[in-house]
Amino acid sequence: MPGVQDYQYLAPEILLGAAGLLLLLGGAIGRGMGNRESALVSIVSLALTAGLVLRVYSVVEAGKAAHTFPDPPLILGGSFMLDGFSFFWKLLVLVATALVVLLSIRFLDEGGYRASDYYSLLLLATSGMLFMASGYTLLTIWISLETMALASYILAGYFKREVRSNEAALKYFILGALSSGILLYGISLLYGATGTVQLAELSVRLGATQGNPLVPLGWLLLAAGLFFKVAAVPFHIWTPDVYVGAPTPVTAWLAVASKAASFAILLRIFYEGLGSVSVEWQTVVAVISAATMIWGNLAALTQENVKRLLAYSSIAHAGYVLIGVLAVSQVGLWSVLFYLLAYSFITLGAFGTVILLERREYAGETCADYAGLARRSPFLAGMMLLFMLALTGIPPTGGFVGKFYLFAAAVQGRWAWLAVIGVITSAISLYYYFRIVYYMYMGDSDQTTPVPLQAPALVGVIAFCAFATLALGVIPGPFIDFAKRSMLPLP
Amino acid sequence: MFDWVHNVPILSIVCYVPLAGALIVMFFMKSGQEAAIRKFATGVAFVDFLLSLPLWFAFDRNGPLFQFRESAPWIDSIGVRYEFGIDGIALLLVLLTTLLGVISFLSSWSAIHTREKEYYVFLLLLQTGMLGVFMAMDFFLFYVFWEVMLVPMYFLIGIWGGSRKLYAAIKFFLYTLVGSVLMLLGILALYFYNQGSLFGWKGQPHPQTFSIEQFHNIGASIPPDLQVWIFLAFFVGFAIKVPMFPFHTWLPDAHVEAPTAGSVILAGVLLKMGTYGFVRFSLPILPAATMQLLPWMAALSLIGIVYGALVAMAQKDMKKLVAYSSVSHLGFVMIGLFALNGPGLNGGVLQMINHGLSTGALFLLVGVIYERRHTRMIADYGGLSAEMPLYATVFLIITLASIGLPTLNGFVGEFTILTGAFQRVWWWGLLGAIGIVLGAAYMLWLYQRVFFGPLTNPENKGLPDLNRRELLYLAPIVLLCFWIGLYPRPFFRVLEKPVQYVMDQVKRANATAVAAAPAAAPVRALAAGE
Repeated sequence: MPGVQDYQYLAPEILLGAAGLLLLLGGAIGRGMGNRESALVSIVSLALTAGLVLRVYSVVEAGKAAHTFPDPPLILGGSFMLDGFSFFWKLLVLVATALVVLLSIRFLDEGGYRASDYYSLLLLATSGMLFMASGYTLLTIWISLETMALASYILAGYFKREVRSNEAALKYFILGALSSGILLYGISLLYGATGTVQLAELSVRLGATQGNPLVPLGWLLLAAGLFFKVAAVPFHIWTPDVYVGAPTPVTAWLAVASKAASFAILLRIFYEGLGSVSVEWQTVVAVISAATMIWGNLAALTQENVKRLLAYSSIAHAGYVLIGVLAVSQVGLWSVLFYLLAYSFITLGAFGTVILLERREYAGETCADYAGLARRSPFLAGMMLLFMLALTGIPPTGGFVGKFYLFAAAVQGRWAWLAVIGVITSAISLYYYFRIVYYMYMGDSDQTTPVPLQAPALVGVIAFCAFATLALGVIPGPFIDFAKRSMLPLP
Repeated sequence: MFDWVHNVPILSIVCYVPLAGALIVMFFMKSGQEAAIRKFATGVAFVDFLLSLPLWFAFDRNGPLFQFRESAPWIDSIGVRYEFGIDGIALLLVLLTTLLGVISFLSSWSAIHTREKEYYVFLLLLQTGMLGVFMAMDFFLFYVFWEVMLVPMYFLIGIWGGSRKLYAAIKFFLYTLVGSVLMLLGILALYFYNQGSLFGWKGQPHPQTFSIEQFHNIGASIPPDLQVWIFLAFFVGFAIKVPMFPFHTWLPDAHVEAPTAGSVILAGVLLKMGTYGFVRFSLPILPAATMQLLPWMAALSLIGIVYGALVAMAQKDMKKLVAYSSVSHLGFVMIGLFALNGPGLNGGVLQMINHGLSTGALFLLVGVIYERRHTRMIADYGGLSAEMPLYATVFLIITLASIGLPTLNGFVGEFTILTGAFQRVWWWGLLGAIGIVLGAAYMLWLYQRVFFGPLTNPENKGLPDLNRRELLYLAPIVLLCFWIGLYPRPFFRVLEKPVQYVMDQVKRANATAVAAAPAAAPVRALAAGE
């Protein structure tokens, strides 16, 4: 049995899982835990988990410096990685989930659904994400991915009295299960060809395998499963319906935390597991990236529903991030990290604004419902304007700096045609992002009642995200250093 | 007397005073206090103009090329620095921006009556963006300002514009954005080439930087085929902004729909960013490509001159006429710059200022009459000179300045440009001269139709003449038109060094090109001015 003491390094994951189970229990006993209490428990346990993550990180770093800890920091028989890369994603996912919890409180109140189960599922899924960030064998990764996915299916359908929510959950489940199957099939083929699921080992053996047809088939299936998770074209078809149907905080969470964790394993598998065949998958990823940027942006052009528009926008952004993945360079890698960091805050802010307006029907879900918002609430309109500018990639926002690095990585890596597609499609994206802006600032509306800002948690999240969006754009230095400390070894 | 400006970050101050003003208006002033907001915002613009004046006096005409330098690290990991500095060209454009800023604020008092708070916030933000573009010495920083400035302009057109404002606003934004993102790729190409290699092209490895001066230094050594690619990437960005034919179609829409102040700033300053881009980046950094593409550039500029003039002649709407005249005038500027000799460059840069003054004034004058009658159709007027003698006089002076009558600024600019163009290729000069004749035709015809003849339309009876505020903001333009027309020497004096610098850069590259590729005969022939 590989060192029992190794399990102490899993403390963050264990704590979060335990908190999730506690909430589940709390909801079942007596009249059940209320919304506020459950949210409080979630926030506290997320904060404690983040503290533990940092603690583990410092212990590992100290251990590495004193040579008492293996370097690379692999534990549990080479299946669990504690490198800087994993800590980056863990912190990002924890912060994003905490913000989503804050976004959910009012929303659940008004939906009239039991809250403790909701938070319990959220925490369990997040615990799965933490495992994803550290997983170092294909099976660990797959199981943690399923932990996340199963909880997400239920969350997407959490508003069980709403037809759209049911539809979202069912679609998400069927297509998600299919993709998990494909992923697993790819894993089994690779295992059959090489006899290992451990990533470092796999890369070495793949480099030695020549001409085995199982290998390309295996990693292609594996890649297809991963593309499904990050919602890249043509594996994106579930995204718009699920994003529209799911309760909006869940949508935000899927668009941010789930996407970030999926990119974490995508990078981990492509760079460390399939590192020796990087030249082959680069081309595949390039084609997928181009298709995703083009189709995501074009399809968004005609959307009238804000959530659907943001869904296509999140597809398009996956395409931009893939540029950084396939560049296989220092710049490419940290630009992916930086971009997802910026994208998370921008997207959470945008969804936060949507949620605030959805409440008590200040505005519905169509762009036209935002007409005249600039007069009803200059604050919210200004925030939304900032997020739309950031998604388009206009300075001085984090969105601009992120895109700048991604395109820089493309130019440096000789992917000029991808860079050209990237910049042109982001210019096109202005058109649909600014449709919302157009309605907010120039649209006429008979509604003139001001929108009160009486939900401190929601307003706080929106303001925080706006602040982060600007900070990432004006002083990106510290964040880039953070990303640079969290690098993977290049294949 | 002005030594103190060397001890303070004067450029940053001039650049960010409007931003500070915008933030104050946004957060501390309520939408109820329109009069206060109006006065405060105009005051900020005026203070900014006063702050920019010492630059003119403290600028050392014999000193280094770029002055008032400010430098600080910004994003270390990729070598981005916060660098400000201006040469003679940027100096003139900065002063033009702050001056037109005050004027456009004053002109808005009576033109804008809805959502005034937002209006002045956007106008102030626009000032900061434009000033930053002319001051930035780091390409990344330059790009940030270049794009930031699009946002307030979009709103100015979109909220306070005319009947087709929404179409015009998004068209303006999309057009210029497409141009600028391609320019971004050009910047990245320079950045990586500077570090030693880009695609197949190898060069001397230098530390990573976006410093414009460093790019100037390596410019001549960039392989010509790579230069052409980068030139084309820049070209899209700048040519759309200028706008050069056939990228000009956004301009009439934007100009016609924008409120008066928006048109003044668009014509006066925004278009100059395109020409400024050519003279600051394309020519000195990519001289070999400039030589190679010279015939194309000249052809587009000349087509622009003649086409813009012909289309202007056919317009029924005054504002549209002035808009198309801009296409023609900017063609002049471009042909001057691409003459690549002393007179051409000097005249081209001076003509940027001239065009800013005279076309800015024309838009203001059209705005004045529009506020009184709410129509811009030429056919609705006639015989105004009797009703509004003062207005007619100012309009006449500006018209004459615009068509290049001696003693007024347009003459100096156009004459030097034509000299340069004739020296380069004789028929460039000839076509340019035809453009001037056409320009005189449409402007004088406009004047005749609006001011002379009988006063047939009863609605034009008793229109009030220019009031004191209108005189106040038109007077400085008229004075400057005379100053440049009668005594342009101080202006050419500040341009001496930068113009010489651009010419040297082009010559340097030509020398290396001759040494490296003796076969490039047409390039040499053009460079020699044949």
